[in-house]
Amino acid sequence: MNPLAAAAALWRARRIPLSWLLLTRQPVRLLVALAGISFAGILMFMQLGFRDGLFDASVTIHRLFDADLVLISPRSSSSVSMAGFPRRRLVQAMADPAVEGITPVHWNLLLWRNPQTRATRSILALGFEPTDPLFTDPALAPKARLLQQRGRVLFDERSRPEFGPVAEWFKAGRTVESEIAGKRVRVAGLVGIGTSFGADGNLLASSETYLELLPNTPPGSIEVGLIRLKPGADAAAVVARLRQTLPSDVTVLTKQGFIEFEQNYWRTSTSIGFIFTLGAAMGFVVGCVIVYQILYSDVSDHLPEYATLMAMGYRLTALLGVVAREGLLLAVFGYLPAYAAGQGLYLLVRNATQLPVAMDTGRALTVFTMILVMCMGSAALAMRRLADADPAEIF
Amino acid sequence: MPIRPKSSEEQAVEQQQTAKAIAIAGLNHWYGSGATRRQVLQGVDLEVAPGEVVLLTGPSGCGKTTLLTLVGALRMVQEGQVRVLGEELAQSSRGLRQQLRRSIGMIFQGHNLLRCLTAEQNVQMGADLLPGLGYRARRDQAREWLRAVGLGDELHKLPHDLSGGQKQRVAIARALAAQPRLLLADEPTAALDSRTGREVVELLQRLASDQGCAVLMVTHDPRILDIADRLLRMEDGRIVAME
Repeated sequence: MNPLAAAAALWRARRIPLSWLLLTRQPVRLLVALAGISFAGILMFMQLGFRDGLFDASVTIHRLFDADLVLISPRSSSSVSMAGFPRRRLVQAMADPAVEGITPVHWNLLLWRNPQTRATRSILALGFEPTDPLFTDPALAPKARLLQQRGRVLFDERSRPEFGPVAEWFKAGRTVESEIAGKRVRVAGLVGIGTSFGADGNLLASSETYLELLPNTPPGSIEVGLIRLKPGADAAAVVARLRQTLPSDVTVLTKQGFIEFEQNYWRTSTSIGFIFTLGAAMGFVVGCVIVYQILYSDVSDHLPEYATLMAMGYRLTALLGVVAREGLLLAVFGYLPAYAAGQGLYLLVRNATQLPVAMDTGRALTVFTMILVMCMGSAALAMRRLADADPAEIF
Repeated sequence: MPIRPKSSEEQAVEQQQTAKAIAIAGLNHWYGSGATRRQVLQGVDLEVAPGEVVLLTGPSGCGKTTLLTLVGALRMVQEGQVRVLGEELAQSSRGLRQQLRRSIGMIFQGHNLLRCLTAEQNVQMGADLLPGLGYRARRDQAREWLRAVGLGDELHKLPHDLSGGQKQRVAIARALAAQPRLLLADEPTAALDSRTGREVVELLQRLASDQGCAVLMVTHDPRILDIADRLLRMEDGRIVAME
């Protein structure tokens, strides 16, 4: 049978939409139910959104690097505590035939003085050779040339406002100077990077400037080594080769591995994941209680009617189906407003916190699945009440 | 298990019983257990032919309603034989009883309409039990039945907006829409004034006889006794008089 004929047959065989009518003929109860489900959905969207957003935010800068492989020190635990390793290791990696280019990167948190209030705050500073590629974004290269002059930095215009009105002043044409670690620097340009867990702001400097700001850095030590492979090279194979040839004072990661290294730190070494997952679970439980209450009282109120249907010859399974469809309808119609409100709240959060919180398909599906489980589970519990519908009692 | 071939005598008896709408023999029924066990039906014998209208009267608590629920396959038979539309209900399975109920129309003291459905939708809940009919055909049947009970203008009203007599007529239309071969009614006029009650019962009798549908009706209402083909009286769980 072709699908059209099958659909036509289903349409012909359709029954009175009893579940729909049971729900919609009691609009107040329906609204309460939908409000409860939506509330639970919004709670789940917010908690999971914050969690994923925070994990995502921890790798804002990691994603920008122009690298296929990354070398870090095995003593590094996260972006806020990067340890150094000999720069020689990166040069050694050049020996591999698949490697096309390398960029040594200095990486540390430094104290930046707000040029307006004179207050200091820790900012993530990266030092690199201005002629080397750093980010995949081609807009950086012309700005990086400005760093060749000593004492110049590029300031992240998406840094938190606590670092001072640097971007505004710079755009207005003012010369913006400030102090880092007690040394005078001048802002040579603006870049867009974004904040993360570890860093409220970012700045880029040439290796020369960086080493001036941090004179105690051991010579020949870097924190991150970027490796670019020739087109068509097998990254996994190169990682395996480098792991074999390089001594154990470096860790070889793919770029994705570098991102996961950072996310994994925040996931496992902090309670962020647990707290927000617990928040989402609370939403789930609250939703379950509300839907169960609504469906249970709905079944109880209509018990004589269900018994009548059984007396007429309707199967118990047909009546269970009515309750199940009520659950399904509640799930779908409770989810839609939650989804819309989630979108709106994400926008609000993005604007207020610069956290990269957005609706993604995975989370949208997760929350829908949770709501579906919530409604169908409650429906299944409410169905037990149907066992009390005794058609012999209605005469 | 090998099936023993039935003797011609047995077959003849079966044929006869099958032809009856209801055939009850030696039916006993008890409520409760232990010391509080109380017998409500005592050796009831009853036969109703297809198309026959039988009225059952008697004081309250005499077991009329129990008899009705047993015939309606709503309760398990404890002792005795109850054959309804050719199906033996003693030791019957849940599935058989549910299936049999589709062929039995029931009209209750209260109208028992679904509050959230319109008159038309309520009647269609009955028509929806018919196999092989499309939605439109079932809806048209529902409308037809509502016209037959004189409610052609109230198709889209909710039970809430109908009078008592109208609700009971919707219930009759719903019971008949499933094309039953047996109609059970438990005091269908109890909630109605005398004129409406009379109308409703006459309607019920006329439509049932058009369908060749047997009717077993429990009633207290002395004004409607004349519609019966046969009148039975029950007392203390026994059928005491047949007129």
